[in-house]
Amino acid sequence: MSELAQLLANGLVTGSIIAIAAIGLTLVYGILGIVNFAHGEYLAFGAFIAFAVNVTLGWPIAGSIVFAMVATAMLGLGLEYGLWRPLRRRGAKVVALLLVSIGLALVLRHVIFLVWGATPRRFDVDVFQVYDLGGVIRLSLTQITAVSIAFAAILLVGLTLARTKLGKSMRAYSDNSALASVSGIDVDRITAYTWVLGAGLAGLGGVLLGLVQGSFNPNMGFTLLLPIFAAVILGGVGSAYGSLVGGVGLGLAMELSTWNALAGGVDPVYKPVVAFAILILALLVRPQGLFGKARYV
Amino acid sequence: MTAVAPPILETTGLKAGYFEVNILHDVSIAVPRGAIVSVIGPNGAGKSTLLKTIYGFLKPRDGRVVYRPDGAEHDITGLRPNRVTALGLSYIPQLDNVFPNMSIQENLEMGAFLLRTGVDERLERMFELFPLLRERRRAKAGGLSGGQRQMLAMARALMSGPDLLLLDEPSAGLAPNVVDEVFDKIREINAAGISMIIVEQNARRSLAMSDYGYVLDMGRNRFEGPGERLLHDEKVVDLYLGGRGRLAAAAPSGEDYEAAERPPPPAQRRFRL
Repeated sequence: MSELAQLLANGLVTGSIIAIAAIGLTLVYGILGIVNFAHGEYLAFGAFIAFAVNVTLGWPIAGSIVFAMVATAMLGLGLEYGLWRPLRRRGAKVVALLLVSIGLALVLRHVIFLVWGATPRRFDVDVFQVYDLGGVIRLSLTQITAVSIAFAAILLVGLTLARTKLGKSMRAYSDNSALASVSGIDVDRITAYTWVLGAGLAGLGGVLLGLVQGSFNPNMGFTLLLPIFAAVILGGVGSAYGSLVGGVGLGLAMELSTWNALAGGVDPVYKPVVAFAILILALLVRPQGLFGKARYV
Repeated sequence: MTAVAPPILETTGLKAGYFEVNILHDVSIAVPRGAIVSVIGPNGAGKSTLLKTIYGFLKPRDGRVVYRPDGAEHDITGLRPNRVTALGLSYIPQLDNVFPNMSIQENLEMGAFLLRTGVDERLERMFELFPLLRERRRAKAGGLSGGQRQMLAMARALMSGPDLLLLDEPSAGLAPNVVDEVFDKIREINAAGISMIIVEQNARRSLAMSDYGYVLDMGRNRFEGPGERLLHDEKVVDLYLGGRGRLAAAAPSGEDYEAAERPPPPAQRRFRL
């Protein structure tokens, strides 16, 4: 019983981080048509910026998280104005943008390598403080903090999308861009907000990932990129709610697959394999994803 | 139509297209205030392109679009769609005319995106005009039938309180009895004082309820005149309405003309927008 509870807790930690990273990826695709393979590097960028202010400058971790989010949002905006928009204006379509994003991922990752090197880094936090919750679950303080922040962020983003004018117009734009502009929505503003939200959340996800992993190197985002894509596809490409559910679901499934009671459970090394097995099975049953729209032919 | 008041919308010498190809070569139309104007013509004549150019989805290469709401005059040539809507126009695209993953109510709220107040009152009026939408307000728009979608698309377009509505093929892909319903609604909306431009394949029915009509061919004006007159103009009938022979074969009961004589909707169904 206590093993199950522990796995559930771990699953929520992983899943919530995947979810907040996935929301940015899905919004950027739905609204701008960019399959952003550099999204993982936005996570790494956030983590290393937080590392710089937390460890190098000695800021407290809370301030470092906020700073990293703002910096990553700025990175997202800067790349929109300096790279994506000029490309779209010249008529670049999905495949061209995808290839550019792979190139961008390489460039960003290696800039991070150049600046911070390959040595594993850790934040200036107490990783040894572990809490026993009701005698069944053991979570470190950083894990508890990370999962609380991630779920608060998920809730906030979910509410923003469901209730606010900005959130509704983002969903509308992702649903039918021509009709959204007929409704009076300004494309440029929606684009800017999408990057601020998507990249900002990626930055947050990166810091949280660094916190729960304990140590991280510039490959951290790239390693998580495939599960993030899996969450997006599982939830239904372009569906913001779907990516939240897909992320948490995938995180839980990955952890629970190692449960001993399940015929001994799978070796933790194969957790990503489980994630993709689930993705493939889910798509066989529901090709449009959990929340995706069925295509009318 | 007495031609005293200037037209609410006027295009002069519009030229527009995609990449190297011009679709519109020289199109000039005028929409009298409060009128229904039909734009008909064969496939590829540039009818939909005309609407897209008026609405700023396509920048014209030449020519002007002037919009005159009450007492003002705006040159809206090449203005972006969200700015065009802000001036009091609205547009219903062909087929892709709803937000499929949003609820019916959310679709309508998006239509009122630019309004700061009075959204709930408008929503209520739309539910009165289209009762079915009230019943299914929480349902996703993607699950609606073709006719229901068209109704939702009209309601969405009216949410912003437009003075001029552009409709691209409102009857496309609909069953005949549903087409009747859609055309009834169009008349009802027009009766509330909203001017309209309708692009239609269903040219006879569209002309029958129009105050004025334009025939486009190969991106140029070919014929124009009051709807009734175009409907009986020999050349227009022969070239663009399938000829009298085919008319007799296709509609032996003279069904198409019945639509023209159908009385306007009863007074109690009229509403204020």
